[in-house]
Amino acid sequence: MEVRRSFEIQLQNLQENLIEMGHFVRRMLQKAMQALVEQDTALAEEVIADDDVADAMDINIETKCMRLIALQQPMAKDLRVVGTVIKAIADIERIGDYSVDIAKIAIRLSEEKYFKPLEIISKMAATVDTMIDETLKAFLERDLPLVQKVCNEDDEVDHLYKNLFDELLDYMRKDPELVYQSTYFLFVARYLERCADHIVNVAERVHYMVTGQLLQLAPSHRSTSEE
Amino acid sequence: MEGPIKLETQNVNFYFGDNLVLKNISIRIPSNRITAIIGPSGCGKSTFLRLFNRMNDVLEGARVEGKVLIDGVDIYNSNIDVAMLRRKVGMVFQKPNPFPTSIFDNVAYGPRIHGLHKGKDLREIVENALRQAALWDEVKDKLHRSALELSGGQQQRLCIARCLAVEPEVLLMDEPASALDPISTLKIEELMQGLKERYTIVIVTHNMQEAARVSDYTGFIYKGELVEFAPTVDIFEHPQNKLTEDYITGRFG
Repeated sequence: MEVRRSFEIQLQNLQENLIEMGHFVRRMLQKAMQALVEQDTALAEEVIADDDVADAMDINIETKCMRLIALQQPMAKDLRVVGTVIKAIADIERIGDYSVDIAKIAIRLSEEKYFKPLEIISKMAATVDTMIDETLKAFLERDLPLVQKVCNEDDEVDHLYKNLFDELLDYMRKDPELVYQSTYFLFVARYLERCADHIVNVAERVHYMVTGQLLQLAPSHRSTSEE
Repeated sequence: MEGPIKLETQNVNFYFGDNLVLKNISIRIPSNRITAIIGPSGCGKSTFLRLFNRMNDVLEGARVEGKVLIDGVDIYNSNIDVAMLRRKVGMVFQKPNPFPTSIFDNVAYGPRIHGLHKGKDLREIVENALRQAALWDEVKDKLHRSALELSGGQQQRLCIARCLAVEPEVLLMDEPASALDPISTLKIEELMQGLKERYTIVIVTHNMQEAARVSDYTGFIYKGELVEFAPTVDIFEHPQNKLTEDYITGRFG
């Protein structure tokens, strides 16, 4: 017999809300990148408007978490689910903010002819997109190997970021005309690198939710924390 | 488990007649800590608690196998003075059970029968016990009024004071707050935090939130078996045993 039927439903509902918010923000990042690559200002404006929806989702989920804690006193694995959700929404919400930042850059650069194709940035964005998708799947299915995969993919993003940084710096040194665009591309790359870190935070929370252990799982995060 | 061990059982089986109520329980309960025992009704948690002051002995057909140690001494040895044991190991029950006498006489009862007041001021002993039980300020002007005039929460603190007056080392509490209102409950819980500096406390409770709030260690008993015993934070954040998890998340019980 299920003793806490209504509690189970609320807890299930909370997890669905997180997945929904995760995919909404993932879509924001996809649209922001598409707006940048295709120089589509209307799509960029859509992303900026989406942010209010993401913020509302964030507040709604946090409110539900606080109510569950206050009224249902979740324990053990239930407590870890609520704790994970409450932390995860903050990281996911930040990814929405970075998407808006990228959308704003897309608007600023919409009249420019790009001096180079956005290959590395697009590759970074595709990896981040995969990481978000995998993290949400890992959350839903309590999939620890997938969590580790996400954490490893963060290294790829860091690696791409470093390469792009060096490359753009080189362009800027050689031709001051390229400083304007290059600076904005660097910002976008930096935002994507931050998005990857935020999704790694979520993945680490999934690990905690399943095992009860809070660990720094991304190799890059580990080395930073040991320094 | 850190620190010295006050109470210990080694492979204890406990029977009522043919009925095996506690199964092969081994536990080491640390000094000056609060240990909570949780579990569904009828799991044997009160019986477990009563091992330590031999309260089960009075029941017909009761039989203990294994060892129950206090400070390393087996309290089921034939040379143990049970009256002395119960002085050392005080007990507070679910329902406040003050004697139908004055507040003062309730607390003075133990010291009088144990002759503890000789050479000491009985008033001082009583005041001291009532202060430790956080009741003194509420009753100091009516010590000779009937204990039965006190509220339920006050009566329970009086019962705690009555235990403390004979200078015990261990306090066994069998659902001490379950018959009290929420504020009285919190007062008892707060009181326990102060008392653990001087006493080793074992509390049986069916209120998991209470166990989580007050205790340093928690043991989960199910169908007479000690399923898991660990620091309270571990039990309530990430228990190791599936049964423990199911119980504390309310999946059964």
